[in-house]
Amino acid sequence: MFSAAIIVFRESLEALLIISIMVAATRGVDRRAGWIAGGVLLGLLGSAVVASAMETISNWADGIGQELFNVVILTVAVGMLAWHNIWMASHGRELALQMKNTARSVAEGRSARSVILVVIALAVLREGSETVLFLYGVATGSETGMRDTVFGGLLGLGSGALIAGLIYWGLLHVPVKHFFTATGLMVLLLAASMASQAARLLVQADLLPSLGAPLWDSSDLLSQTSPLGVTLHSLIGYETQPAGMQVLVYVLVLFSIAGGMRWVANRGQAQAQAASR
Amino acid sequence: MKKLITAALLTLAALHAQAAADEFTLTIKNHVFEPKELKLPAGKKIKLLVVNQDATPAEFESKPLGREKVIAGKSTGVVNLGPLKPGRYDFVEEYHETEAGAQGTIVVE
Repeated sequence: MFSAAIIVFRESLEALLIISIMVAATRGVDRRAGWIAGGVLLGLLGSAVVASAMETISNWADGIGQELFNVVILTVAVGMLAWHNIWMASHGRELALQMKNTARSVAEGRSARSVILVVIALAVLREGSETVLFLYGVATGSETGMRDTVFGGLLGLGSGALIAGLIYWGLLHVPVKHFFTATGLMVLLLAASMASQAARLLVQADLLPSLGAPLWDSSDLLSQTSPLGVTLHSLIGYETQPAGMQVLVYVLVLFSIAGGMRWVANRGQAQAQAASR
Repeated sequence: MKKLITAALLTLAALHAQAAADEFTLTIKNHVFEPKELKLPAGKKIKLLVVNQDATPAEFESKPLGREKVIAGKSTGVVNLGPLKPGRYDFVEEYHETEAGAQGTIVVE
């Protein structure tokens, strides 16, 4: 039962944290709840399909299909998050002002909804497919049995939801003026952390050099499998033994998106000044 | 530009082929690793074949090696490693990691 609880906790927490950040970051978007539910549902359906096709996927490309598949998923998610953040940087100020009374504009709502749907679906798909495989294994393994597995799974999911809920609750208490700055920062770190995971998979597939493996070892300091370790891994990409390439990609993606956000924000400011003259 | 890309790809392919990796096998049966301690040579590229003989899926995971691979039931997963420095690297079968049999060590020398 406890192995079910632990695995489900670990896998679901990652997806739930991503969901809670996306939900906060798209605050004020019209009919958001439906798109969140849609993303989760699509992700769950996808998990079942991916789990049942795992053997086929693994055998693609000389045995590195699983790695490439996950790299594609992560890259799409990073792209969506980058787009969302850069878009927000050009509209953030008006949004913060608007938030007190009106809902967000229609065009903005449309782009934010597609980000919600895709990012949440991919997060659930990635973490869900592993959970499905595990639960299938334990449930048919008979030693622990179906009932214990279901109970343990629910316990793990509940614990994950509790932590993700706390993070969401904390974000909602950020003052309105700084709200989108805070969610923007969370999305930025999330994107960098996903990019570093993609880099790890490319090193694993032997397509990128590791550039030092591991670069450091902080497993004595904070284990990556502890609840705090898992939370930090999901939120900011904490790893106890990262490859040098992961750190490089993390920093590159972080600065590229932050640079894009700053550039767009500055341009918007210059335009506003020109218009007021 | 096209020539440059072709040349780069060919070089990569050549490097890839040149670094032909040594193959080693690790078996999972009844959620137990065999061998529990696997000796690997240092400074070489290694292709580790993880053979899952169980009907249920397994996940080979090693935090020290930075590797994580899901292996379907009754199938083999390829885990590329190295070149590795001498030392001990722990690994687990994540779905049963609390059981003694699902824990093992790679010893590089």
